[in-house]
Amino acid sequence: MADRINVLKTYKTYVGGKFPRTESGRHYKVYGKDEEVIANACQCSRKDFRDAVVAARGAQNGWNSRSAYNRGQILYRIAEMLEGRKTQFVEELKPLGIHHRTAQKEVETTIDTLIYYAGWADKYQQVFGSINPVASNHFNFSIPEPTGVVSAFAPEESPLLGLVSVITPIIVGGNSCIILASQRYPLPAISFAEVLHSSDVPGGVVNILTGFKEELVDHMTSHMDVNAFFFTDPKVNKEYRKQIDENAALNVKRIVHHPVNDWSQHQEDPYLVTKFQEIKTTWHPVGF
Amino acid sequence: MADKEQTTDLQEKPFKPSSPSSKLDLNGFWEYADAPQSADFIELADQYELFIDGKFTKPASGNYFDTINPATEKPIAKIAEADEKDINKAVKAARKAYENTWSKISARERGKYIFRLARLIQERAREFAIIESMDGGKPIRESRDVDIPLAAAHFFYYAGWADKLNYAFPNKEVESLGVAGQIIPWNFPLLMLAWKIAPALATGNTVVLKPAETTSLTALKFAELCRDAGLPDGVVNIVTGAGETGAAIVNHDGIDKIAFTGSTEVGKIIMKSLAGSEKKYTLELGGKGPNIIFEDAPVDQAVEGIINAIFFNQGHVCCAGSRLLVQEGIANRVIQKLRDRMETLIVGDPLDKNTDIGAINSKQQFEKINEYLEIGVNEGADIHQSSCSIPENGYFCRPTLFTNVGQSNRIVKEEIFGPVLTIQTFRTAEEGIEKANNTPYGLAGGVWTDKGSKIFKTGQKIRSGVVWSNTYNQFDPTSPFGGYKESGMGREGGLHGLEPYVKLK
Amino acid sequence: MSATTSTYDWNKTIPIDQVGVEQRVDRLNSRSIKKDSKIQALKLALSMIDLTTLEGMDTEGKVIQLCQKALRPHIEQPDLPKVAAICVYPNMVSVAKKELQGSGINVASVATAFPSGMATRKIKIEETRQVVADGADEVDMVISRGAFLKGEYEYVFDEISAVKEACGSAHLKVILETGELQTYENVRKASDIAMHAGADFIKTSTGKISPAATQPVTLVMLEAIRDYFYKTDRMVGMKPAGGIRKAKQAIQYLVLVKETLGAAWLTPDYFRFGASSLTNDLLMQIIKQQSGVYQGPDYFSKD
Repeated sequence: MADRINVLKTYKTYVGGKFPRTESGRHYKVYGKDEEVIANACQCSRKDFRDAVVAARGAQNGWNSRSAYNRGQILYRIAEMLEGRKTQFVEELKPLGIHHRTAQKEVETTIDTLIYYAGWADKYQQVFGSINPVASNHFNFSIPEPTGVVSAFAPEESPLLGLVSVITPIIVGGNSCIILASQRYPLPAISFAEVLHSSDVPGGVVNILTGFKEELVDHMTSHMDVNAFFFTDPKVNKEYRKQIDENAALNVKRIVHHPVNDWSQHQEDPYLVTKFQEIKTTWHPVGF
Repeated sequence: MADKEQTTDLQEKPFKPSSPSSKLDLNGFWEYADAPQSADFIELADQYELFIDGKFTKPASGNYFDTINPATEKPIAKIAEADEKDINKAVKAARKAYENTWSKISARERGKYIFRLARLIQERAREFAIIESMDGGKPIRESRDVDIPLAAAHFFYYAGWADKLNYAFPNKEVESLGVAGQIIPWNFPLLMLAWKIAPALATGNTVVLKPAETTSLTALKFAELCRDAGLPDGVVNIVTGAGETGAAIVNHDGIDKIAFTGSTEVGKIIMKSLAGSEKKYTLELGGKGPNIIFEDAPVDQAVEGIINAIFFNQGHVCCAGSRLLVQEGIANRVIQKLRDRMETLIVGDPLDKNTDIGAINSKQQFEKINEYLEIGVNEGADIHQSSCSIPENGYFCRPTLFTNVGQSNRIVKEEIFGPVLTIQTFRTAEEGIEKANNTPYGLAGGVWTDKGSKIFKTGQKIRSGVVWSNTYNQFDPTSPFGGYKESGMGREGGLHGLEPYVKLK
Repeated sequence: MSATTSTYDWNKTIPIDQVGVEQRVDRLNSRSIKKDSKIQALKLALSMIDLTTLEGMDTEGKVIQLCQKALRPHIEQPDLPKVAAICVYPNMVSVAKKELQGSGINVASVATAFPSGMATRKIKIEETRQVVADGADEVDMVISRGAFLKGEYEYVFDEISAVKEACGSAHLKVILETGELQTYENVRKASDIAMHAGADFIKTSTGKISPAATQPVTLVMLEAIRDYFYKTDRMVGMKPAGGIRKAKQAIQYLVLVKETLGAAWLTPDYFRFGASSLTNDLLMQIIKQQSGVYQGPDYFSKD
């Protein structure tokens, strides 16, 4: 007989730097590998999404106003915090049926991915910007700027690495995001929110919801104050894709589909950062 | 208006301002005589066919429509109307050319063809300029000095990229897409064609391009150049027609990529049509460009910049600076100068070398602009138009200012696409920037201040793809152009203009 | 010393964008002036000439010849307009005055230690008084560029005011020598100082240094005149000088004036060309317009 009763963790959402429960009051059961219930997760509603967009919009400008160096440092800080809580995440992945060594590798790859993108924070502008030799007496340059607020689906597989691999290329470039965690196994996402919360990422830059993709996809792709939608499903049903694209047409939303089959391989790509960037070209006369 | 009786009378005249609001007599006794561009050497056929697979081909339907000179309202020629069958034929030709020739020849040789096109445009520049002005209504000064030279420069720029694509995309392998379907607007017909075709060919794609129905002629003349350049058959196909023809391109399964320039409204329809398809697409859509004038701006140059921003090409410019935001301390001065400057704008015959503002491109657009003028007045805004005379026939619109307007006015919110400027004031930089960004559009904006740090701060805060600081409406093939938000996606021009036409691996 | 005092903070600079000015000039130069409007412009330009000889080698004979040319630019065409003025060195004023008596052509004299301006104020004032006493209708003074560039704007202002006072009823043209002023902002500032100090005309150059008049500089000065007019209702004249040799250039300048200040300035009262060889090119173009035949220089008297 156990000496004490274990304290079970309540999984909430992460919005605007706080951990609210869903406004709907709804929850769904999260099962482990043996179909046992391991936790309840919030079944977020469109209103939760709406609130998250408000938080993301509010944070985006400030996040983008941080220096690139600072954003890089903050991403690095996330990696540091994750490193410190490696064991916790490995343990959290195990109930899903992930073998210890695989879980460990996923956490380590996640940390390395964060560090990889942290390094890009002050470099992608140089690689993907340009000075343009125009024929008139003007100084002309083009630099990437964040698209704004991005909604995204985390992949179902690799609930931690997938999530972080989706979030990081978005936020490294000064965007804020609302990400719907892996539906089947959302718990590491919420634990990751705790890491974000303790690692200098301003509230609202990353907002993590849990719930059903089918319920939320319409809202996440149609919201008029969301500038882009990112998903990585390896296979997409044509009708489903059509629904996403049609919603995107409402406000000329950028739809970024980057299919990934296997997250255990490194999926980092600076070109992915540019998918959430707009090129701004500035002209200025050159004279005395 | 000036008294035509007066000729070389040099005696001092009584003070005679041009308009009640002006202190200057800007239309005084010395008036410029007509300076028509001679168009005698222009050879136009009565009827133009589709250009498919290197041949001029009659449309399957046998239907033709008139292209009208908007300055005279008279038809110039008959233009073939392409339907689905024709598009199908054009796409097949483009596919065949892509697979059999264009993707087989070396990148270097591909580049040389594009260089040839650039040179051929330069050689026939005057002819193109005149046709552009006849068909579209733009002043010859602009088609001669802006549209055609820039179109040639665009081909020249991208020609050189053809065999250097690996340098554009570090660490990636670059592949072409296949067949590009391209739909261009009527405001810069040949230039928009160049913006579309040059990068597509340089990256190894073949194209099916549809010019706007009111301005097909220079695209068809360009088809002749493709033949003269010996471009392999089917690499460039020009199909003419209106919206339905465009829809047939958008919906064609054999096309790998759609590039569209036009209104946000149509852009959204295209996005919907493409929903669920694998086609890559880029859109260059509408705008409602803010032009922010700070108190410390070089005022006289700013006034010139405002004029350029809104009256260039009759205001038929997606990136037009149609919303003037002036800091309140200099608002009156700027408006006074602006009104005076407007008095010197010459509205009239597009083929006259002195014309500043030509004809509105079409009856439809003319009616739309007039409707907005009415809306503006009904919304309670104060209207001011220059006192210039305008021709009796043809579609002409006086340069127009609206003051006493707010963010909620339709004339402030909606793209008019005509020579109509709204003027608002602001007190603090933050307020100016907020007003500038308070729009679903994000194509271009202007900032005027002599203070370097303010330029950068403001430019950074404006959410648009182009920021013109202490200048406006400058274009260059090396310089990427395109919108944020509902003004589109993807860039045209420069290094960034290659990406829409390639697959990276 | 001048009774007028400047109430202006001359240290304040009005920003001017070089590229913008030059683009505006390019655009104005694209005006195509043909047919009647060309003849009108050519004659107008002729009437605006300050026919100038400012050489150490000038002789009374040369000045007299120049006066003859001023009176009858082209003997075969007596109906052509006369030039506006003769512009000479101080010691030639009385010669020119005698020659042009009653002709309606003004005599202008350079003064204030032209072209360098490197003399004491006392001498400058005396020289001004002298040329006016000798009959000069107009005085073309030079500003002290050294003082201006050192930032001694009040000094420059006071000097112009003093010379203006010494001019009495004679018109004062103030030469800024823009080729030495480095920037358009300085041209603008010098223009403003001169106008506020009482200049009737502002003038680009002495013609002794290069660059002399340029169209962008002229545009900047015309815009200064416009702002001054908006503010004070006083019309100040403009005189580009030096380097204007061709009719085509002259017409381009007239376009600048027309589209910046309007018709009220398109008279010799408010616009002048400081030039000598321009006259014959204008004549050649006028005859060409009338006859349809391109002209040769040998058919036009040099002075």
